[in-house]
Amino acid sequence: MAARWAVEAEGLVKSFGDFRAVDGVDLQIAQGEIFGVLGPNGAGKTTMLKMLATLLGIDAGTASVFGVDVARQPHRVRQLVGVTGQYASVDENLTAAENLWLFGRLQGISSARVQAIALDLLEQFGLQAAADKPISEFSGGMRRRLDLAASLIKRPPLIFLDEPTTGLDPRTRGQMWDTIRDLVADGCTLLLTTQYLDEADQLADRVAVIDRGRKVAEGTPDELKASVGNSTLQLELEPGGDLELAGQVVHRVIGEGSIVTPEAGRLQVPLEEADRAADVLIALRQADIRVASVSVTRPTLDEVFLAITGHDTGERDAAGSADDELALEIR
Amino acid sequence: MSMTTIDPTRPADRVSRAPVDPAEAVARTRARPSPRETVSQTLLMAWRALKKMRRNPEQFFDVTIQPLLFTAMFAYIFGGAITGSVSKYLPLLIPGIVAQTVLTSCMATGVQLREDFDKGVFDRFKSLPIARLAPLAGPMLADAVRYLIASTLTFATGIALGYRPGGGVLGVAGAILLAIFAGWSLAWIFAWFGTIARSAQGVQGISMLVLFPLTFLSNAFVPVNTLPGWLKAFVNVNPVSHLVSAARGLANHGVVTGQVGWTLLACTGVIAVFAPLSVMAYKRKL
Repeated sequence: MAARWAVEAEGLVKSFGDFRAVDGVDLQIAQGEIFGVLGPNGAGKTTMLKMLATLLGIDAGTASVFGVDVARQPHRVRQLVGVTGQYASVDENLTAAENLWLFGRLQGISSARVQAIALDLLEQFGLQAAADKPISEFSGGMRRRLDLAASLIKRPPLIFLDEPTTGLDPRTRGQMWDTIRDLVADGCTLLLTTQYLDEADQLADRVAVIDRGRKVAEGTPDELKASVGNSTLQLELEPGGDLELAGQVVHRVIGEGSIVTPEAGRLQVPLEEADRAADVLIALRQADIRVASVSVTRPTLDEVFLAITGHDTGERDAAGSADDELALEIR
Repeated sequence: MSMTTIDPTRPADRVSRAPVDPAEAVARTRARPSPRETVSQTLLMAWRALKKMRRNPEQFFDVTIQPLLFTAMFAYIFGGAITGSVSKYLPLLIPGIVAQTVLTSCMATGVQLREDFDKGVFDRFKSLPIARLAPLAGPMLADAVRYLIASTLTFATGIALGYRPGGGVLGVAGAILLAIFAGWSLAWIFAWFGTIARSAQGVQGISMLVLFPLTFLSNAFVPVNTLPGWLKAFVNVNPVSHLVSAARGLANHGVVTGQVGWTLLACTGVIAVFAPLSVMAYKRKL
């Protein structure tokens, strides 16, 4: 009886006191898919993941993993799921090899076999030189890799990755992405949470955007990005430049509004295609508006959020949020 | 694409990359761990705890320093007052100190369990399909080593001070074994504190409140007939008193008294109550 969905959840709710961390989320993740859950800190991503992984109780709603009910058969679900959290869950007092050996043996793999798997995983994750070192000597990136390796010993068909690349350097991040793609190639289904749109874009087949415990959008990365434009043109006018006029010029050229930050003399222009930036710059020159700096960037999570939820991610510092309050949107 | 994508040396048939079949994986799952799995998982957790002890030798301070210090201190301070001489006091005192040090190391069991819960690795233990009992029972089993060190050192110190146990090697070994079993079972009380307390300091706090009355309101250091009646009543039902009496019988006379039975009964009772309480509290923490 092969279930159709790797994860199926309906109306998931988790409250901590009066605070509803997860507030009625529905999810359907197909087998063999990489599903991204995108959202800022505190949106409820980790809470939701922990509920699906049997680490937190479910207050209301239902969830199943390959057709196995999470609340009623947690022990079965644990046999199907590998979890890699935001903080490395490995034993500080053991070496890398001992950690993997312990986790493999606990899951009933024979000692000889688990040793072979551990060696192989350590090599795959570039940790073979550190195999016999205690974890306390590991860097953050090494711990994260070991943590993922630990989740893979038993080859679970479903893997939860909670912000797998947060805090990793670009090279390690690339390695992590490759590993994730390999896993899917081998037949695994992946649920990963991330704060990076870029990461969801690179990896995920589908993405759900979570905000304040609710799912506010779902679709392929392309569908999500289309809602904010594919790129953003950042313009800073020379001191005294007429921002309002600039906004009107931009609107005339690309037919869309831009986000204006008056006291910084800044304009953010969403673009369907990056080369439209040239059109905007030429039009500004013709209108005799002088530009101090120009950059074209990919949309950030902040912008996706702004577009989808109407508020920012709350990730900025105090000065930044003061800016946001003063930002005007010209339509 | 990063540079590791193209890696011609990567064999497709690595052991760690067996193909995954969800339907087959679902069919293979079992509803709960079998007793055999529970035992082997507990032993693995004990292995982990022993490794941890070996790498943090400071954990042995309480079971090494305390027996040496307390035995000498109590012998010379109370010996003259209670029995007239140190040598007469030692047969009374040594089994008492054994009980006391074992109980103190039980407290450390609870405190360390609580500290362990806050570590990242416990998140993994929770997510693994293992018996919920194993992460608790494993470290407690490993702590038997600590009780062994504590009770052996106490007897050794006593012998160095002139104690000559009449029960011989067998009697002393019996007393040590009994102390280890008592330590292991009483540790469940402290393990329960460990699972319900908010912090390791909290565990220490409550444990002291239990530990002091249990050890001092017993026959561990003084003959019971010197106590007022109401206190005598408590001392006589205190499981620590039974342990001390049983250990005295074994070590000093080489006899298995009824006290051994009472000790085993009391210890079993403690396990029957506090082991389920601890596992329940641990599950609620999930």
